[in-house]
Formats: sequence, structure tokens, C-alpha cells
Amino acid sequence: MHTPGTTRRQLLTAIGMMGGTAALYQAMTTMGHAAETQYSGPPDLSGARPGASVLVLGSGLAGMLAAYELGKAGYKVRILEFQNRAGGRNWSLYGGDTYTELGGATQKVGFASGHYLNPGPWRIPHHHRTLLHYCKAFGVALEPFIQFNHSGYVHNAGAFGGKPVRYREAAADFEGNVAELLGKAIDQKALDAQLTAEDKDKLKEALRGWGMLDQDMKYKANLLSAEHRGYERPPGGGVNGSPIPSEPFPFRDVVNSQVWKNMAFFMNHEMQTTMFQPVGGMGMIGKAFQRQVQPMITFNAKVTRIHQDEAGVTVTYADTASGSVTEAKADYCVCAIPLGVLNQIENNMAPAKKSAIAAVPYSNSVKIGLQMARRFWETDDYIYGGHSFTSQDIALISYPNYHLFEDGPGVLLGAFASGAGAYRLAGMTPEQRIEAALAQGSVFHPGTYRKEYQTGASVAWSRVPWTMGCCARWNEETRKTHYQELVKVDDRVVLAGEHASYVGCWMEGALLSSLDAITRLHKRALEA
Amino acid sequence: MKTRAAFIFLLALTAPALAQAPSGGDTPGSATNKTPPPVTGEQVYKQVCQACHMADGMGGKGAAMIPALAKNAKLEEPGYPIGMIMQGRGAMPPLTDLLGPAQIAGVVTYVRTHFGNNYKKPVTEAEVKMMMGQ
Repeated sequence: MHTPGTTRRQLLTAIGMMGGTAALYQAMTTMGHAAETQYSGPPDLSGARPGASVLVLGSGLAGMLAAYELGKAGYKVRILEFQNRAGGRNWSLYGGDTYTELGGATQKVGFASGHYLNPGPWRIPHHHRTLLHYCKAFGVALEPFIQFNHSGYVHNAGAFGGKPVRYREAAADFEGNVAELLGKAIDQKALDAQLTAEDKDKLKEALRGWGMLDQDMKYKANLLSAEHRGYERPPGGGVNGSPIPSEPFPFRDVVNSQVWKNMAFFMNHEMQTTMFQPVGGMGMIGKAFQRQVQPMITFNAKVTRIHQDEAGVTVTYADTASGSVTEAKADYCVCAIPLGVLNQIENNMAPAKKSAIAAVPYSNSVKIGLQMARRFWETDDYIYGGHSFTSQDIALISYPNYHLFEDGPGVLLGAFASGAGAYRLAGMTPEQRIEAALAQGSVFHPGTYRKEYQTGASVAWSRVPWTMGCCARWNEETRKTHYQELVKVDDRVVLAGEHASYVGCWMEGALLSSLDAITRLHKRALEA
Repeated sequence: MKTRAAFIFLLALTAPALAQAPSGGDTPGSATNKTPPPVTGEQVYKQVCQACHMADGMGGKGAAMIPALAKNAKLEEPGYPIGMIMQGRGAMPPLTDLLGPAQIAGVVTYVRTHFGNNYKKPVTEAEVKMMMGQ
């Protein structure tokens, strides 16, 4: 695609003038612009100076990817990890696991074999190509994550008398009513300034087809609207085979349910289907990365000081079990420690870098896993995967996408709380969180929810001892003032992680950040 | 009282425009939370602060530490906890998107009179508003 003597922009402008926007878009896509990710394949690092060494701090995905690629490039790599496990926020809790949060509350996870809770990441967008690349390269089996289920429930304390309704009903009614209203606006000449007579005809045809309106442009109980919202009596066979349509809800309730929030959510780029999950739990990704770098990792190492000078980088760390203090030395350092933790570690990085590290607060989030004795959402409610949304603190319950149709138990996600709801749940004891999750989730499955509950586990990210928060929370102001300083190579040290990316709070961001960081660090090392 | 006023004035001057972040990352996609917000100082503490500083105000210690509010001499100067809630520090976010001046006054008063702290003078909503430049 490269034409000597012509800049890329000149070329694109020429294509744009000749072929219009479609041709321009086609060309941009071919050239890597307008694509869904910045990923352009694994880095091609090679030719490290003989004996050159790197210390990687943190064995989350960013740290382990840095170690893997730098190792391949010829560096001598060592990883220091605070926990006794690798993977960082990529993590699954299984039966038999023990988890102690800050404050000392300890949970023994009692899930049945093969079932799990993903406390952190739990769904992978199809366009997170860096992550998908390494999953394939490292042998992580992926399966579909059922993101969009029209049969899930929508509950809002301010609509339908607090009773949940099916997403399909509320969404169909929202679209049908909006279509009808817009049709009325057209007929009442409210849009004459914007639309020609031909435009109006075409738009009315679109509204009729999209909103399931009848010939009079009305949205009401009939077999048209029933095709979207469902039936009072669905089509069947034999004598009573003829379907009976269902009655649309009052529009005021539909609007008050805020189903439009759920609808808009599903349209978010990062939430669009197809989505994936690893077979056996999200933690399988961390385990696969770990297999690639296992010999490099020192566990239970709490970093207390990072010091760099002309000679190299010295990292002081304490063994979390024995307390014994050791120094590790290397030529360079990739620091993949979350900012809230790094901010409290003594270091001699540049003042602007320190300000950047201190400037980014962390979000909170709470996830709760509930094991139910039987999969009543499947057998009783015909819900297979997907979510039921609520205006309560738990925000949603999400139905498992694996072991479908089994007679045995299922672990559902009983809460994915953020903001005020997450603070409220995080402040509770693990027992209180389960109680709150059962009380709130019962709104969707009254009678069965509590009855079938067997055992549960919760993770409140503000109390996770090794991150003390969920994800870096940038805003426009901090991005402008601090982002470039944060990602800049500071002599011998570079930071990596979701916090050093614009794909914040996603594994993809951690990986893209890591690849960019080590590419620049490698260049700097070769120039030394 | 002189230092306190100066501190408050300084904070009011330096308080950044707290543009709320587009949260980014994975989100539940649910309706607006309809749970009634906490009102009293005790409610605010239990429903917000306790998530990190713990029910006993002792904070926590892991890879880094969350400071204890219990027996904390820094609370003598009310501007300090008010400023912390307004601006955050490190991983702690500013909480002004969750809490208004009355809630902040209530919780600061609560913390200053509990967990082994004994700073009896209540903090008023007006003081908080002044610090917020309102």
C-alpha cells in the first residue's frame, strides 16, 4: 500500500476524492486505521545485549507478557510477585480456595467442582485481539460468553410496581412506542423542516417495520408486536395452535424502567456480541501465561523500594512469610504494580512520574457468586446465560454460560456492583454481602432464590490486599496532565498495566500497555 | 482556629474542577441505583467509608496500607478529613460525586467522635460548603 514519494495522508485524500467515503473507509481499514483495536501483532523484539537483565514487578497479565516477550528477545528476566499466585486481577475462585480480604475476613469457597466465580474480568470482547492472540498462542480454550439474552429480566424499583419484566417485552415496548410517537410527529408536520415528503414516507416505512406498528402506525396488542415482545399464548400445534398476542405495558412504566439503559449498554462497542470466556474460569488465562514464565517468578515478595542510578535498578523486597529483606538488581525494570500500591512504595522516579502515579484514584467493584442447588432459571424461567438487570445495589445477576441443562448445581453471579452500591456491599462482612445478594436477587426469582441457595463467595475490590481497588479511574483532566508522564520511560524504569492504557480496566489494556512499554524499553536499552 | 481557616482557604483555592470520569471498563449496564442514599454521619460511614477503612476504623495492610481513622490525630483539624473526602489521595477517589456537603459534614463529625477520637465540636454543612467554594 506504500507509494514512494506520497504521504499516507495525500494518498488517502486522493482515494477519498476519487472514490468517496466508502472507498476511503475501505482503504483506511486496509491500512490499519478505523480498525477495532490498536493491536498489530506480537512484537518482534530481538537482539538484546548479551547479559542484559530486566526485573518485572507484578505477575498480572501485563507483567507476565512483558517477561515472556523480553525473555524471547534475549533478556535475563525475573518477576517479583506479592501474592503466592500469578495472574493478578485475572482470577477465578473455586471450591477449596481460601481468600482473606483486608480487615481479616476469610472465606472458604465451597463451590462444587467445575464451578467458579470470576471476581475480576469475566467477559472478553471479540475485538480484544491482543488477548485473543495470546489465548490462542498459550493454549487457552475459549467458549462463547452469553452476553445478550432477551429472556433476562429488567427490574426497577420505580416501574411496574417493583415487579421485574422480561427484557424482550420492555425493549419491544420502548421501540414500538418511540416509533409510534415519531410517526405522529411526522403526521403532525413537526418534522417538515427536516424531511422532504419522500423522506417522510421512507422514515414511516422504517418506523412501521422497526417498531412493529400496524397499518395505522399504531403499536398495540397484535401478532406484529407479539413477534418482538412475545405472546400471551405462543404459537403451538393442533387444536389450540393459534397464538394469542400479549398486551403491551403502559409506556410510562416502560420509560421508568430505564430499559433504554440496558439497550444502550448492549450497543457499547465493548459489550457487543460475540463475547468469550475461557473454559473453566477466567483464571485459566493467568495460569496459561504463568506456564510460559513460571521459572522467572519469585512469589511472596513485597516490594518496598525501587531505586535506579547509572549502574542499574535495585529493588528491595521483603518475603511476606519470613519478613527477610532482599535486594534484586537488574539493568531495567518493568513495573506492573497497580498505582494505588506503587504510590506507597519508596522510589526515586522523576517527580512528574511520581505526581502521575499519585494522581489516579481507583474504582471499586463487588462481585458475589452464589451456588444454587438446581438451575431453576433454566428449568423454571427458560433463561440460559445472560443477565437480569436491577436498580438495586447488586446491579444485576448473571446466569452461568457453562454446564447448561445439567441437573446439578450452578453458580450464578449474584452481584456486579459499582459506585455507591459497591461501597455499600464492600463495607459488609462476607456473610452480610451474601444475605444482601439473596434478598435483592430474590426480586427476580421469588421463592426459589433463597430456597436453592447453597454456598457463596464475594470479592470487594477495595479490600483486595494486593490492589486495594479495582481499576485506575482517569478523567479528562488527569489524562491531559499526567498520562504521558505516566507511560514515559523514566531512564531505566517503565510502567505497564491497564492503568497505562486507554483501554482501562480491561485485560486488553494491560496487554497493549505492556507491549508498548517493552518495545520502548528495548529500544532504549539498545541505544544505551 | 487561624491555621484552620487558612487551611480551608488554601484548599478552596486549590480544589480542582472535579470533572467526573467517564468510568470506562466493564460496567453492569443497569438502571440508576434507586437505593436511598445515606443521610446521617453514621450511615455515610457504614455505606461508604467502611468499604476501605473498615467497620472498626482500623484500615488495612496488604501490598500497601489503608490508613486507620481510629485514634488518628490528623482528625483534630476538620479541614483535613474534609479535604481528603473532596480530593481523595492516591487510590482513594474524591467522593463528591456521591456525597453532598451535609453528608460530608455528618460523616466527618461522626469519625471525629468515634473510633477513639474525641473532637467534640461538630463540623457544619456551612464549613464544608465554604471549603468547596460554594
